Amino acid sequence: MTGTWWGCRGLGVRFGDTVALDEVSLEVAPGTVAAVVGGDGAGKTTLVRALAGTVRPAAGTVRRPDRRRVGYVSAGPGVWTDLTVDENLSFAGRAYGLSADDLEVRVGALLDRTGLVEARDRLAGRLSGGMRQKLALAMAVAHEPELLLLDEPTTGVDPVSRAELWRLLASAAADGAAVVVATTYLDEAERAGTVLVLDRGRALLAGTPEEVLAATPGLVVEGAARPDAIPSWRRGARWRAWSPDGSTPPGTSPVTLDLEDAAIVAQLRQDLGRAA
Amino acid sequence: MSQRNGSESASEPLAAAVGVTKRFGDLTVVDTVDLAVAAGEVVGLIGANGAGKTTLIRMLLGLLAPSGGRVRLFGEPPSRRTRARLGYVPQSLGLYEDLTVAENLAFSAAAYGSVGATLEGELAEARDVLIRDLPLGLRRRAAFAIALAHHPDLLVLDEPTSGVDPLQRARLWETIRSSAERGAGVLVTTHHLAEATQCDRLVVLAAGRVAAAGTLAEVVGDTTAVEVRTPSWEAAFTALDLARLPVSLVGRTLRVPGADPATVGRLLADAGVDADVASVPASFEETFVVLAA
Repeated sequence: MTGTWWGCRGLGVRFGDTVALDEVSLEVAPGTVAAVVGGDGAGKTTLVRALAGTVRPAAGTVRRPDRRRVGYVSAGPGVWTDLTVDENLSFAGRAYGLSADDLEVRVGALLDRTGLVEARDRLAGRLSGGMRQKLALAMAVAHEPELLLLDEPTTGVDPVSRAELWRLLASAAADGAAVVVATTYLDEAERAGTVLVLDRGRALLAGTPEEVLAATPGLVVEGAARPDAIPSWRRGARWRAWSPDGSTPPGTSPVTLDLEDAAIVAQLRQDLGRAA
Repeated sequence: MSQRNGSESASEPLAAAVGVTKRFGDLTVVDTVDLAVAAGEVVGLIGANGAGKTTLIRMLLGLLAPSGGRVRLFGEPPSRRTRARLGYVPQSLGLYEDLTVAENLAFSAAAYGSVGATLEGELAEARDVLIRDLPLGLRRRAAFAIALAHHPDLLVLDEPTSGVDPLQRARLWETIRSSAERGAGVLVTTHHLAEATQCDRLVVLAAGRVAAAGTLAEVVGDTTAVEVRTPSWEAAFTALDLARLPVSLVGRTLRVPGADPATVGRLLADAGVDADVASVPASFEETFVVLAA
């Protein structure tokens, strides 16, 4: 990538003898959204924390703007539960050095955008999970950061709140922020400009969703019965399978690949490589 | 399968809610809901928080009495006897963290009076590991294995694959599907809508009522979204967002579920944004957002 970007190159992080991240690169341009995807223990949180500067790299480089130009939402509550919605937003705005006038305008706009106007006097601890995540996101963008880092904002959040959260983070990108969002949901990654799938601290897949799909070797096929001799998995009532040589086994037909298939194929290939 | 009793016919669903209502004081949480799970099928129960899913499931499990309507499990009112034919995996998994995999299995087997359950593959290797020391994927598999050990006729799963990677998710679904193929009925709740599309049928709850039910194709029906292609997505996004439309970004394309293309076109023209606007079939996720609104 040429031009401005925030992110990391060749990033390695260790905790004692444990390698948490190994040779991970992620470059995010202003005005784009990058999704970091993986299961429990894949290294998502470590990557987000390394980008935020709260974890020291053992190798590689991290590029981020000045601390005051970063917005960061950690996993967990991310709000002060004993303060009201209004107080949380004002506190965050002041912490980032907004003037009293700017603060008032900004808090009003954020309440409006997040749909939290009617909840402005409610204690953050009494908000639903989805509303709390929206508040945490609003607090992280109060100072219009250049780099916005979100650690699993949509985990455990219902689909309506999830759609609203993605609208909010897309709006931060529309305002010019480079956005990094960690998630366990691959369908969310299809909305992002860049996808990085992590597995045990390593990059399993990386690129735009189109690049990731195009780079998947062989063919993914689908059938009513489990195909013989090639790696297979369930999709709904049917079976999917990866045909490494691109042939179509009897009783199957090729499918249009999605990111879920691409990630499964990449994991299967990695496991086959490890077994060999 | 466990023993069948005489009160159920072949065509009767394993679990049924018929016109079920639940009121707490003045608040109606579940409002005349119909839901049925037949042998061999996987039904997805989908809804936003507060839509009434948990209350409905608690009534189906016999943990809560309906205010109106009728709940039947295996053709009879929920009871201790029906409980023995149920397998339930809550989102929290319901395992004893300080016991090993094998100890959890033995405990559950004793409670259900089942025998002969065995652990396979990685779970067999982890049989003497404390649950709290297992990675999440294996913990979920242990919960599945334990819930299935007594060969339940009805399996109720709450967010069954939350937090695991795609391959582990596919493996968990292999277990769910083989249970259904052996004749069990499965009821799944999930916030993960891509996962919901793996079910045979869906029941979408909104504000306590059934907003839509049927196969994925039936639920989506002729719901549409407006697709916006433009070189300046940022300006287009801001214009539609300010108009309070439920706009979403997909790569560099914008989508607005349930909107009118003419309205979207006019808003973009007013904002001076050059864009191609088209009406396209909605995804399940977009349909859900429209239904839940």
